[in-house]
Amino acid sequence: MCAAHNRLTEMKMKTFAGGIHPPDNKQWSAHKAIEDCPMPAELIVPLAQHIGAPSVPCVAVGQQVFKGQEIGSAKGFVSVPVHAPTSGEIVAVENRPHPWGTSLPAVVIRPDAEDRWSPELQPAEPGELSPEQIVEKVRQAGVVGMGGAAFPAHVKMSPPPEKQINTLIFNGVECEPYLTADHRMMLEEPERILQGVALLQYVLGVERVVIGIEANKPDAIALMTEMCAGTPVEVISLEVKYPQGAEKQLIAAVAGLEVPSGGLPMDIGVAVHNVSTAAAVTDAVVYGRPLIERVCTVTGPAIREPKNLRIRIGTLLSHLIDACGGLVEEPGKIILGGPMMGFAQLGFDVPAIRGTSGLLLLRHEDVALQPEGPCIRCARCVQACPINLLPTTIAAYARRDLSSEAAEYCAMDCIECGSCSYVCPAAIPLVQAVRYGKAAILAKKRKA
Amino acid sequence: MFAAVLSLGFIGMIAAVALGLAAKKFAVEVDPRELAALEVLPGVNCGACGFPGCAGYAKALVAGAVDLNLCPPGGADVVAKLARILGVEASVAAREIAVVVCQGDNRRAQVRYRYLGLEDCTAAQRIAGGPKTCPGGCLGLGSCQRSCPFDAIEITVDGLAVISREKCTGCRKCVAVCPRNVIRMTPYDATVHVLCNSNDKGAVVRKYCQVGCIGCHICQKTVPGAYKIDNSLATVVYEHSADADEAIAKCPTKCIRDFTTGYPDGSRLMPAVPEKPHAA
Repeated sequence: MCAAHNRLTEMKMKTFAGGIHPPDNKQWSAHKAIEDCPMPAELIVPLAQHIGAPSVPCVAVGQQVFKGQEIGSAKGFVSVPVHAPTSGEIVAVENRPHPWGTSLPAVVIRPDAEDRWSPELQPAEPGELSPEQIVEKVRQAGVVGMGGAAFPAHVKMSPPPEKQINTLIFNGVECEPYLTADHRMMLEEPERILQGVALLQYVLGVERVVIGIEANKPDAIALMTEMCAGTPVEVISLEVKYPQGAEKQLIAAVAGLEVPSGGLPMDIGVAVHNVSTAAAVTDAVVYGRPLIERVCTVTGPAIREPKNLRIRIGTLLSHLIDACGGLVEEPGKIILGGPMMGFAQLGFDVPAIRGTSGLLLLRHEDVALQPEGPCIRCARCVQACPINLLPTTIAAYARRDLSSEAAEYCAMDCIECGSCSYVCPAAIPLVQAVRYGKAAILAKKRKA
Repeated sequence: MFAAVLSLGFIGMIAAVALGLAAKKFAVEVDPRELAALEVLPGVNCGACGFPGCAGYAKALVAGAVDLNLCPPGGADVVAKLARILGVEASVAAREIAVVVCQGDNRRAQVRYRYLGLEDCTAAQRIAGGPKTCPGGCLGLGSCQRSCPFDAIEITVDGLAVISREKCTGCRKCVAVCPRNVIRMTPYDATVHVLCNSNDKGAVVRKYCQVGCIGCHICQKTVPGAYKIDNSLATVVYEHSADADEAIAKCPTKCIRDFTTGYPDGSRLMPAVPEKPHAA
C-alpha cells in the first residue's frame, strides 16, 4: 500500500525528458553533519578557479596577508578576484599542479594559526544597499557558481536590461551520485541560504522563486518547505534523475521551459543559482566575507570515513584524506566532483578549488574498464540524452573529423553530462568524441 | 521489335547531334598551359601550396603572380617542368622535410595515466594535458599518420611517430595537425637533429624521460656554432651544421641523432643507402 502510494506520488513529480538513473550512493555521507577541516600546513590557492580569465596575483613573496585579503585581482568582466583563505605569510607565487591537469599559477600561503580577518571587511545592512551595490559586493567577494562549473555569480546577477528575469530557480538537486554537500548545507544552514535567496530575488527583481530539490532528500525538502512557509519562495520536489541539476534540465523540470539552442536561460527570463551559491552571496553581502571556504563531500569506497568537510580553498587533497581517517586501499581513481562530470586526478598533490563539491575515491574494482566495441545502433544513448541529441551520430562524425556535419546535428548543444557514455553497452567514449567535435567546430569558427 | 529499334535509334541520333552542338556552343575555354601544368603536378591535392588542390594551383600559375616552387611534393623536377610550360625562369626552393623531434616512446618516457579514449592526439591532449608527463613529447596516437597523404609516417610499437626521410615531401599537413608541435620542418640536407621538444629544466626532464635534452651545453661546446640552447633545450643551427654529428657521441642522454645512420629506436624505417659519407 505504502509502496504503491509512493510510486503514485513519484509519477506525479516533475522532471525533464531523457536522463538516467545511476545508483546514488549518497548513503555514505548523507547523514554526516558538516565538520570543519583542520587547518593544513600550507594552502595552495590557484589563480584560475573559475570560468573566464584567471586572476592576476597582487601580493609578493614574504608578504603577510589577512584572512579574506585579496591575493589575485580580477581581469575583465567575466573574472573574479581570489582571496587568502586564512591569515599568514605568502611563501611562493609560482606554478603548481592544478586540478585541471597541468601546472598553473598559484599563491602559496603558510597559515599563522591566528586566522585573523582582514579589518577592511565590514558587515553591511542589506536593506540599505542598492541592487548594483549588492552585485558589486558579490563580485568583490569572488563568488562563483558552487555547483561545480564555477561561473562568476555577478555575471548571472547582472543581465542586460532588455532581458527581464521573471523566474529565479535555486538548485538543490545535487543529482551527481555520492555528493551530499548541498544536501547538508540545506539541512544545517537554511537561514544562510534563504537570506541569499532573498538577496538574489531583490537584485533581479523577480516574483517567482523556486527551490528545486530531488526526492531522495526528503528531510531537506521538509525543512526548506517549513522555513519558506509564508514567503513567496516555493519548494518543489523533483523526481530522482541525472542530470536534473544541469541548468537547462532543471529549468525544464521546474518551469517546463526550454532554453533555445545556443541561448542562455536569461533569454527565456530564467536565472538559476545553486543553493550553496546563495549562502556565499549572504556571506559576501551581509558579513562582507569573500568566498574562501566551501563544503566538500569526501567519499567513496576507498576512504576510511566518508565526511562532509568545510574546507579552505587551497587545501591539498592529501590533507582532506588525512582528515577522513586515510585510505582503505590504494584508490583506482581519484575524482574531484561527482563521478559523472568530475575531473579525474593524477595524484593527491593538487588543491581543492571553489568548484570542488566533492572528492571521490574509487577502488580498482569499481572502475573496471571495458574495451570499446562496435556501435550496435541500440539507441540507448539517444533515449538517455537530456537534450534530445543523437550522440552516436555526432560522435561518429566527430571521429572522422567531419565537424560541419557534427555541427548540423547540434553538437554544440551537448552539455557533456555523460549520460550517453554511461548507458552505452559498447563502452564507446561518446562524450569524449563529442567534446573533440565541439573543439573542432570552435576552432573552425575561430579560423573563419 | 523493328519499330522499337528504329525509334530508339532515331532518338539516339537526335540526342547525339544535340550534344555535339551543345559541346561546341558551350565549350569552356581552358588555357592549354593550365592543362599541361595540371598534368605535371603530382595530383595528391595535399594543399601545401595554399590553393584548393592541384587544379587550383595550376589555374593560379597560369594567371600569374604566384611562385612556381610552392609544390613541395613535386620537388625540383616539377618546378623545371612548370618553368618550361610557362616559359619562365624559376628558382628551386631547398627541399624541406618534417622531423618528429622526440624519442620518448612509452618505454623511455613516463606515462602519467592510462589513456583509453579516442585514438587521436588532439583528443588525448584535452584530457589533463595528455597522458605523457613530458609537456612536449610525442603522444604516438597517430593523428599525424592519418593526416599524411604520402604514407610517410610510421608509429612504432612503443608509440612514437617517425617520419620517413624518403617519403616525406614537406607538405606540412602533419605539422598543422600535431597538438604538441613536436613535428618540425628541417632542411633535407641536414641529417643531424636534436630529438627533444621539452623546455623543462634538466633535472625535471631526467625524472620523466631517459632520452630528453637536459640543456647541458656539451653539444654546443663540442661543435661551436652548430647548436644553440634556448630554455634548456638544444637545437641544431641548420645553416652551420656541417660538423654537427661530432657531438652525437658526447651527448649524455643520446638525444642527438643522425638520420643517415639510424632512425629512432624501434622504427622499421632505415634509409637504403647512407647519403652522407662519414669521416672515420
